Amino acid sequence: MQLSNRKKVMEQGEMTLVERMYLPAIVGGMATTLKHFFSKPVTIRYPEQQRYLGPIFRGHHILKKDSEGAERCTACGLCAVACPAEAISMVAEERKPGEEKLYREEKYAKVYEINMLRCIFCGLCEEACPKEAIFLRHDQMVPVFSSRDEVIYGKDKLVEQMDQRYLRDGWK
Amino acid sequence: MNLLTDIFLAKAAFIGVVFAITLGIAAYSTYFERKIAAFMQDRIGPDRAGPFGILQPLADAVKMFMKEDFIPANSNKWLFIAGPCLSMLTALMTSAVVPFGDTVTVGGVTFDLQGIDVNIGILWVFGIVSLGVYGILIGGWASNNKYSLLGAIRAASQNISYELAMGLAIIAILLFTGSLSTKAIVEGQQNGHWNIFYQPLGFLIFIICAFAECNRTPFDLPECETELIGGYHTEYSSMKLGFYLFAEYINMFISGAVMATLYFGGYDYPGVDFVTAQFGSTVAGFVGMGALIGKALIFVFIFMWVRWTLPRFRYDQLMGLGWSGLIPLSMYNVVVTAFGILIGKPFTVGIAGFALLLVGLVVYDQLFVKKKIA
Repeated sequence: MQLSNRKKVMEQGEMTLVERMYLPAIVGGMATTLKHFFSKPVTIRYPEQQRYLGPIFRGHHILKKDSEGAERCTACGLCAVACPAEAISMVAEERKPGEEKLYREEKYAKVYEINMLRCIFCGLCEEACPKEAIFLRHDQMVPVFSSRDEVIYGKDKLVEQMDQRYLRDGWK
Repeated sequence: MNLLTDIFLAKAAFIGVVFAITLGIAAYSTYFERKIAAFMQDRIGPDRAGPFGILQPLADAVKMFMKEDFIPANSNKWLFIAGPCLSMLTALMTSAVVPFGDTVTVGGVTFDLQGIDVNIGILWVFGIVSLGVYGILIGGWASNNKYSLLGAIRAASQNISYELAMGLAIIAILLFTGSLSTKAIVEGQQNGHWNIFYQPLGFLIFIICAFAECNRTPFDLPECETELIGGYHTEYSSMKLGFYLFAEYINMFISGAVMATLYFGGYDYPGVDFVTAQFGSTVAGFVGMGALIGKALIFVFIFMWVRWTLPRFRYDQLMGLGWSGLIPLSMYNVVVTAFGILIGKPFTVGIAGFALLLVGLVVYDQLFVKKKIA
């Protein structure tokens, strides 16, 4: 049975005289390597040089604040439900009077933790979020950790800092 | 001012300089090998140790010395140590007869830029190169390891096979010069009459054999990783391994120098008369030394270039090329050269002989080789 017509029968006969002398082929091969010798290396010296990974690269998580500096997250738990790795957990708390500047919605996440050993950076939390609160930022990666104490990221590492706001390319 | 003492001192200084140059070039060959490999594979290569990574050989040497110097329990201890020493010794001894330059005068002492001008110069090279295989053979055998032994056996049979063709290629050179002295060979090629123009076929044979003699790709079967782990140096570690690898790079440089001596006019360079007239013969001599080293370095580059281009031969292909390819070819070359010298037109006869060879190959191909059925 033939599924496609791409099958090609190769026939290997006796080599011709030029082929058996090998030298033309060797010269051709050496020309190829010499061409590459003078071509530009493709290496990126990683820690010093970093390649732009695109505007939708899924890197470090961030809990966005709105333009007034109030946290957007309302602790609905949809991100935790959506998470295939079950990396997200949170504790909700009701907003007290006088905290309107801190939290946008009437309910907020008192504790919001992501286990970075579990996270697979799929971005489903970002898609599930109805409040546009959690994002995976494109310009920063989760740093390497050496101890298990460092792997659970709380709000201290996740909430956006107002003096260095995260802007994704295309939002501007 | 004793003339004998002065010449002795000058020679000793010169030998020390050659020694240092050889070792320095061998050390930096390891760096350039990695750089050239990287460039040919569109990479950057070592660039962390110093600017552009130029301190890499130093770092490698420190690493080699720091590593555990392991001697296998069932090895023959003395021979195990003697192997790399012998490799290194023979690699360094070859440069004694290479004429690095013409006569120079330094501090009132006139001497040749050559270790020793013996009248059997090129035979000395051959003798030492043949001894070089003992380093590999002894090291491989003393390791008491089947892979090492197989690698050593391969090295020995390969070197013997290719020495024959190499010797025959050189006989054609000797027919031109009429002398075994390397100095005389170089002097016969001055002012652009380089042997490469008369002996292109001989040079091709010689360079292929030089690859095989140095155990370089595509002839590096003695250390064929896919079949023999590390070949003869499987059991070696630390600086003993370093000596084996170092000896290979020294051999590369020296065989480049020998090829430059035999085929590319040695220390001859365009404009030698001009430099002699302007700056005197001493400066001309040292520039010649630079020219020879430059030519040798070009050959080192070719060695590396080929290494990163060609895959390894299969063992039967290696033997087939050596015995049924190169040896008949070099015999033909000797006959053609001898005929050319006999009738006094070496250049014309050389070209005619080459054309005849090609015609013969085509005719043979048409008559006897089975064609593919279309």
